[in-house]
This record gives sequence, C-alpha cells and structure tokens, in this order.
Amino acid sequence: MAFLSIERVSKYFPSQEGATGRAGRQETFCVFRDVDLRIEKGEFVTLIGHSGCGKSTLLNIVAGFEQASSGGVILDGKEVTSPGLDRMVVFQSFALMPWLSAAENVRLAVRAAHPTWASGQVGTEAQKYLDMMGLKGAEQKKPAFLSGGMRQRVGLARAFAVQPKVLLLDEPFAQIDALTRGVIQEELVRMWSETQHTVFMVTHDVDEAILLSDRIALMTNGPEARLTESFAVDIPRPRTRETMIDTDTYTRLRNHILHFLMRGSHVFSGMQ
Amino acid sequence: METPSLDRSLHASRQPLLISLCLLILTLLVWQLATVRPAFQAQGLTAEQLQTLEFNGDIVRNSAGQYAYNPDKTRGIPGPWAVVRKTVEEFSQAFHKHGTNDHGIGHLIRYTVTRFAAGFLSASVVAVCLGVLIGLSRTLYQALNPFIQLLKPISPLAWMPLLLYTVQNPTLTAVCVVFLASLWPTVANTAFGVSNIRKDYLQVASLLQLSWWQRLLRVVLPAAAPAIIAGLRISFGSALVAVVPAEMLLGELGVGYLTWIEWNNLHIAGILFAILVVGAVGVTLDAGFNRLARLVTYTE
Repeated sequence: MAFLSIERVSKYFPSQEGATGRAGRQETFCVFRDVDLRIEKGEFVTLIGHSGCGKSTLLNIVAGFEQASSGGVILDGKEVTSPGLDRMVVFQSFALMPWLSAAENVRLAVRAAHPTWASGQVGTEAQKYLDMMGLKGAEQKKPAFLSGGMRQRVGLARAFAVQPKVLLLDEPFAQIDALTRGVIQEELVRMWSETQHTVFMVTHDVDEAILLSDRIALMTNGPEARLTESFAVDIPRPRTRETMIDTDTYTRLRNHILHFLMRGSHVFSGMQ
Repeated sequence: METPSLDRSLHASRQPLLISLCLLILTLLVWQLATVRPAFQAQGLTAEQLQTLEFNGDIVRNSAGQYAYNPDKTRGIPGPWAVVRKTVEEFSQAFHKHGTNDHGIGHLIRYTVTRFAAGFLSASVVAVCLGVLIGLSRTLYQALNPFIQLLKPISPLAWMPLLLYTVQNPTLTAVCVVFLASLWPTVANTAFGVSNIRKDYLQVASLLQLSWWQRLLRVVLPAAAPAIIAGLRISFGSALVAVVPAEMLLGELGVGYLTWIEWNNLHIAGILFAILVVGAVGVTLDAGFNRLARLVTYTE
C-alpha cells in the first residue's frame, strides 16, 4: 500500500436549490467524484486543475479540515479523520499569526510538536529551520513587516519544523510576485531534497508543477470533477528553472498540461 | 533651502497645533468679551435706589466713595479669569478635608478614578469571559442573544433604584452603575471578534493539536484582541459618561458630584471648573488606556 493513499474520495455539498427544494429530499452538488491518488514515501506529487475544480477541497480533506462524503484517505496505514501534526499545511494565505514574530511563529509549531522540550531546545530547533529558509536577521519581525516571499518562507519553515509525514502545499506561491516565486521554489526544491519529505501540492501554475514534482495529476473542471490522469515528470534532478526550460521533456509536458487545461472540461468529462 | 520638502512637512505638522492654539485664544477672548460687565453707572439713580442696591450687596463703595459692581456677587456667566482664580484656589488646597462634604479636588479625583476603575475593570473581566464563551459557541450565542439585545439599550442609570434597593449601599451602587455601563459593548465586540477569527489561524491551531486552553490563550484571544480592545474602548467611554450622573444622583463625593455641589452653592465658576476637571480626568484615563491598547493590537 502506498504511503499516502486517497481512495475513491467524493465530495458533495448541499446545493442552493436543495435548501428550498421539496421536503425530505436534500439536493446535492458534486464537487468531485471517485478521486484516486497514491503517493509513495518521499514523493513530490502535484495536482493541477482550474480554480474551482475542488482541488483545494481535496487538500483540505487530506489535511483533515473537511470530511470526504465517500471514500477515504489513508496515511501510513491509518485513516485520516482530523487534522494532526503528521500533516502540515502551507497555506496560500500564509496563515502566520500576525501578533507573533517570525521566530515565535516557528517556535509555536516546534513546541506543539515537542511538548516535553525545554524552551532553549525549542528555540534552537526553530532557529535551525529559520536559517534553512534564509530568514536570518528577520526572526524578530512581525509578518506585517515582511514581504510576501519572506512570509511564505516563515510558513515553510514552520511546516518543515514539525517534521510531518506529509507536507501539504495549497497554492503556496500564488500570492508571491513572479521573481521571488522562482527563488523560493528553488529553495523549496533544495530543502525537499535534503529532508526527503513526502509532498502533496495543489496549484494551477504549470511551470511550478513541472519544476517541483516527481509526478503530476490532472483534474478536470467541476462540477463532478475527476482526476483523469497522472504522469511522471522525468526531468533529472537537481532541476533549476534555467536548465529545465531548455529540455524537450519540459516543452512536451507543458504543452500537454496546457492543452488539458484549455480543453479539459469538455474532452475529459466525456470520458466518464 | 536644500530640503524644501522636509521644511514644508515640518511646517504642515505644526499647523494643527497652531490652529488649535488660535481657536483656544479666540474662545477665551469671546468668552471674556461676552462676560465682561460695563462699569456701574450711578447717574440717573436716586440716592434711595443706590442705598437699596448697596444694601442688597449688588454694588459696593470704594475708598474714594465711588460706586462699583460687587465683584463677589454672581451675575450671569463668570469670565475665564474667574475660572482660573477658582482653579488656582482649588489646587492650592487640593488635599484638604473639612467634614463630610468639603473634600479637596485631589481627593475628589481619587474617589472618581477609584470608582471608575473598580466598575470598569470588573466589568471588563466579566464581559471578556462572557464574550469569549458566546463567541466560541454558536448555540450559546443564539440562546443568549435575545437577552443581550434587551439589556443592551437600557441606560445604566435606570438600574439605579433597583440597585440601591438590593445593594443598599450608595458607594457600591455607583460602582455597579459603572459596571453595567461598561458591560455590553465589550461583550458584543468580544463575541464578534472571537466568532470571526480568520479560519486559517484556527486551522493552524488544529494542525498543531493545541489543547482547548492553548488554543484559547495562544490563538483565539490574541487574534480577537483588536476587536476586544475596540469593545473596551466603547465601554470605557460609556463608563466615563455614566460615572458623573451616578455620583450626582447618589451624592457620592467625586468630580461628577462636584458640579452638583457648586450648582447648589450657585457658584458658576465652580461649575465651570468642575466640568473642566471631568474633561481632564477623562483625557488622562483615555491616554492611559490607549497606551495599554497599543501593546496588544497587531497589524495584519
């Protein structure tokens, strides 16, 4: 069995008409249906889809924030039912506590992961991850006084500091300007290759997905979105944006994904 | 010359102060001019009329035998100079105590501030606790909301007769009035702040498996702090408004009651002085509150 296994997961929401519909019959709206995805230990898998296809909902189900309507998620042999320290999320909105400094944000997570540690040990451990993400000198700043890029570095440091079984990245670079985004993506690649974490990322940025992933899964447009295909990104590592864009594989994969995204909803929803 | 923009900005920063100063001088000038009395004209009055006026104390005779208005007899609104004299007089004996009602202004300020602090602080503790409970539970919020809506618009002074009857102690009743005045805005704002915490902060708390207490102390309260402070600020204002009539009605010594004492004395300069003291006490307390508030608010 795979390390992280998403098995026939479907999500339904009560639809608008359902609220005012005939008595006794709850109409539902299907976001996605029968999503199957298996992620091996140490693998970096990215899910690509249009906005609104439910990919963030799927990530929230893996995180335990939401419940699947049917199917389930199994991590390391145990079913996921609620959020936990074995799955850390890196949020699109950063989700840093604005009243805490960068260091305090990371320390909060370290302390939660190691409740028995003395505060000195917590501080050392937090500092290790802050340094890794290139946050030296910015530790005492509040998030409001950091750029978007720096904030997400704190978000990543916090997630890595817990040493979760799986990192869940929810469009982590969507709110960061394009130039900084490239730099942080390459830092994430470096960090990931050092720590060999299992990563599940959700994005609609094609270049980002190719640069970072071992495998890419594609999701059709909602409603009733399906996960229709997944394929390996066979570009050798270490990758950098610069060397990657000259490879034939990159061009082929990029075109394939873009075609899918442009025609996706029509062609692939017909397959069901 | 080299830094004209800096120069201009310095100039601009001084402008409001300058305007405030001009307004103050203008106010004092208008006040002075409006309250100045023309010199007494003895012409056209019979000796008998003059004698009556002198007998009533309206006019006095100086050493040269000329009649003039009696400066000690109140008529109309006194000018700013009279208020300044009264202020100097009061502060020169700020801590005297004669009998039960004649206490120096220093004592009166102390009584009012103590009364205010006791009512406001106890109400704040109760209101934040209640607000957090209501904010955390949708059910509790819906269950308690009708009561809060009903109690909120009731003037805290309306409770006074009932409080006097039940508490049977005017000192404690005054504190209770301040308590009631500062309760509801904080309850409502805390509940709002707690129930509207950004979802991702709570998601982080649940990812980190924080216990109920840790979640409350490390995430919920700090996140809701700006809303709680906003509520406390409204409460603060309404408590400050309530403390003056509470003192007047209950006859509790304090700066609020001072205005009433001076009214009973028909000492108009004293009333004006008391009003200014109430304002000054309010400003000072407010400044202290703002300093506290800055410690716990954050920028997103």
